[in-house]
Parts: sequence; structure tokens; C-alpha cells
Amino acid sequence: MSEEPYRPHHDLAGLEAGPVDRVEHNPAHWEKQVDAMLTLLSDEKRGLLRVDELRRGIESLGPQAYDELSYYERWIESIRLIMVEKGVVSEAEIAERIDALSKATP
Amino acid sequence: MSQSRFQPGERVSVIRRYPHHHHRAPDYIKGRTGVIERLCGIFGNPETLAHHGDGKPEQPLYPVRFDVQHLWGPRAEQPNDTIEVEIYEHWLEPAA
Repeated sequence: MSEEPYRPHHDLAGLEAGPVDRVEHNPAHWEKQVDAMLTLLSDEKRGLLRVDELRRGIESLGPQAYDELSYYERWIESIRLIMVEKGVVSEAEIAERIDALSKATP
Repeated sequence: MSQSRFQPGERVSVIRRYPHHHHRAPDYIKGRTGVIERLCGIFGNPETLAHHGDGKPEQPLYPVRFDVQHLWGPRAEQPNDTIEVEIYEHWLEPAA
């Protein structure tokens, strides 16, 4: 554990960030699906993902991805990371599924 | 840990500690002094729960109240405001 002052990239509170966007955004369908996926993965029956792990995954995305991804994009990237880490799915299975779905969708 | 160390109204400082693992104490309150608001409950430690651990020993969690002027100085937009941050006990020590 380092005692040298260190602020991780995601720890933004208090930094200059410009005006707050106060417009209400309706969640897209895929965003609701990500939310549902997290709920199912972390329920008592499955217990595959803790919110602390979700946060750790988001914090490990790296500064560039952290800044570029939207809120739910960070969630799904973290869910993917933790599920692969735990061996629930493999990167190869995810790639296969993405490939199959892209071919099925015109 | 089954008992809480701090009581509502007690002045506490947030420990200046800079781990690189996941933790829930944000940078802007490290080294700052506030007042214990109440006890939220006693929960698994997120620092180990996030990294395959069991969260033991569990940690009391307190909302700690800070004056915004203490945190932000002249940058505080509403100088009389306070802010409550929920902080786990192992990040707190009695204020000097």
C-alpha cells in the first residue's frame, strides 16, 4: 500500500468539470438490459457479481476508456471483465455470440 | 468488529492513505475533519469484497458531515452548506 498521495483517475470529485447537464435522459433499451443483467448476476440465487466488484472493474478500465465510455457502457465492460475473470464466460464465447448476433441482424 | 468505535457528534479525521486497490474514501476528504452524523450499520469491507475477499472484519459505516468551506475554501458556492460522506470506520481516527 502506497502512502504517497495518489488520486486514481475515476476519483473526480472537486475537480473542474464545467456545467452540470441537468437534462433528463431516458434510458435506452440496451441500458435497461445491462441494469437487469447486473440485478440477475448479483441476486441471492446466482451471487456471481458484487457491486464492489462492479466498481473495481469500472475503476480498472483505464483513463481513456473511463472518459470515453458512457455510464452503462462502463457497467457492461466491467460485467464482462469480472465474468471472464471468474470463468463464468470466456472471451471466445462472447466473441462467438457477438459474431452470431451480428450475422443475424441485418 | 462487532462494536462501533465512534459516537454521533464526535469529531473525526479521515486518514491520509493512498491504496491503489478499490476503496470508498474519495480523495477530497482525505486528511479532512468532520463530525460523525450517525451509524448507518456494519457491513463487509468493500476493499476486500471487490478483490475476491470475504469482507472480514466487517466495518461500521458512518455518514460524516463536513463544512464545504473546510473542503473547498473560497471555491465553495454556498459557504454555509455541509456535505455528508459515508465513510467506513477503518478510514477514521479521532480528530486531533
